[in-house]
Amino acid sequence: MQTTLEPTTSFEVTEKGFYGHFGGAFIPEMLYPNVEELRQNYLQIIADPAFQAEFWQLLEDYVGRPTPLFLAKRLSEKIGATIYLKREDLCHTGAHKVNNTIGQMLVAQRLGKKRIVAETGAGQHGVATATVCALMGLECIVYMGSIDMERQKPNVDRMRMLGATVIPATSGSQTLKDATNEAMRHWINNPVDTHYIIGSVVGPHPYPDMVARFQSVISQEIKKQLLVKTGSENPDYVVACVGGGSNAAGAFFHYLNEPSVRLVAAEAAGQGVTSGHSAATTALGKPGVLHGSRTILMQTEDGQVIEPYSISAGLDYPGIGPLHAHLFDSGRGDFYAITDDEALQAGFELSKLEGIIPALESAHALAALSKMGLKQTDVVVVCLSGRGDKDLSTYSKYL
Amino acid sequence: MTQELTQNRIIELFTQKSERLLNVYFTAGFPELADTITVLRGLQEAGVDIVEIGMPYSDPVADGETIQQSNGKALHNGMSLKTLFAQLAGCRSEITVPILLMGYINPVLQFGVENFCQKCQEVGVDGVILPDLPLDLFLTEYAPTFREYGILNVNLITPQTSESRIRHIDAESDGFIYMVSSASITGSVKGVTGPMKAYFERIQAMNLRNPRLIGFGINNHETFDTASQYANGAIVGSAFIRHLEEKGTSAESIRAFVQTIRA
Repeated sequence: MQTTLEPTTSFEVTEKGFYGHFGGAFIPEMLYPNVEELRQNYLQIIADPAFQAEFWQLLEDYVGRPTPLFLAKRLSEKIGATIYLKREDLCHTGAHKVNNTIGQMLVAQRLGKKRIVAETGAGQHGVATATVCALMGLECIVYMGSIDMERQKPNVDRMRMLGATVIPATSGSQTLKDATNEAMRHWINNPVDTHYIIGSVVGPHPYPDMVARFQSVISQEIKKQLLVKTGSENPDYVVACVGGGSNAAGAFFHYLNEPSVRLVAAEAAGQGVTSGHSAATTALGKPGVLHGSRTILMQTEDGQVIEPYSISAGLDYPGIGPLHAHLFDSGRGDFYAITDDEALQAGFELSKLEGIIPALESAHALAALSKMGLKQTDVVVVCLSGRGDKDLSTYSKYL
Repeated sequence: MTQELTQNRIIELFTQKSERLLNVYFTAGFPELADTITVLRGLQEAGVDIVEIGMPYSDPVADGETIQQSNGKALHNGMSLKTLFAQLAGCRSEITVPILLMGYINPVLQFGVENFCQKCQEVGVDGVILPDLPLDLFLTEYAPTFREYGILNVNLITPQTSESRIRHIDAESDGFIYMVSSASITGSVKGVTGPMKAYFERIQAMNLRNPRLIGFGINNHETFDTASQYANGAIVGSAFIRHLEEKGTSAESIRAFVQTIRA
């Protein structure tokens, strides 16, 4: 289903990379040439018909797009609304992340890069990156927090099997934030031939915009599929989990300028928003700069980044993408804080009701449904961002 | 150059001395919280030309392991910008060496940029290095405030910085330009290589209006000597942090370190 990646909304990023008060490119000079090279070229590269053809072909033949929009009847009955699941868990590699890695890989190739570096939290982005590197024959280095390497071991093995070098990030909380720091450092040390594939809508401009464009295939498909199923492109709600927020950015993208569609973001509250073990950024954060952009950030009064916590390795990030910060700040998005327990319960519930084991990340989005005050007539699309195989060891502790 | 900046200690320094300047970095509140002034005094007594005090940050992406660990330790010790300014208050009665603060933008933003500049002026800080504050943002949003309080903003260039951007940075800088020796984070480079020398020569030939100090990978007499042949001097960071960790903060130990660099 070839189409374009053009922005359609007033939430479009500015030339300097800002969404409202958030965004920008706060980077050391060592990264300036790389980021500037990307900024000056990404729009032309992805608008090129040859790029578009290759991108859409790979999404169709390799990723398996379009992914289904599934009417979850038993879940709908339970919740008391019409619930559709956008099945990103059925993408090759098991999550939406591959939409972006394919896009960035093709950009990297056109910039003449020989090596790819990436960070990963849950391992889904690392696997998606390792996969496209294998596909294209590029060297792949993935940084992953050493704690995440333990709790997401199957993904570590997958990356290694795909030929990637997985390097543990041992600083700080040894999770996604630190893996991102290490990947940025690697890029600083290897500026000429390396492209850094950021896995979420975070980082310096143009990453948040570029990643959102590659993920916008999700909302583009939802519109077409929902029209066929319901006669309207627009649901009442689109729900997605937000760590950095790439699946949410993709699910929201073509609805950003449709005010009748409420955009709902589920953040990880961990053991509870006020427990001191949380990653509920909008509830706990305030404006600050991390990893190259101004966003909402969990930080101390002195501006030191607070270590986040979530049972879901993909959501324990202390910030959110600048687009999401703008959605929160402007009131366009509704943000819910979902605890570990609520997410686990929602994960078990979907497994039993629909025969789909969701990733713990996606389970956070599902858990938001019972908090939204839904009416029987409401049509809701939940972005089921990934599958739960990687989380079995966590789920099994609660069986 | 504004009137305030003509009285800036860094600018004064470069008008008096143009060769073999040694700038030494250390992290505030490291190894112990109360060590900031001890180390500063030690470096002055040992005869360094500029002291760069690190404002510790939880996520220092342009720094390597050594400096990150010292940042972590300092934060664990309880260091903050508020504490640092309290420690530096009154130090100008005995400290005459120019002082730079080096750190990342987020703690400064939370402190408040104007408040920060005002405090810098109050305690006698001459300039700052904020690697993740982009030059264009600095110029559009913060330059007037920095100028009002007479605080220099030192900018970096790297081997990958284009000639036109170097010219732009040179035009917009006062004090000196921080030449990052190679594509790297701090503390990760060993020695001065051929390509580094070619880059040093290229920059030397550009005849920039600002003096230049070379940093990253300067860790002994040989590297300091080589850097000094191509620039006005050099900056030592990680090597000094390691020294403080291993040999302590006594004046004698600091003097010994500085002597090995200067030899």
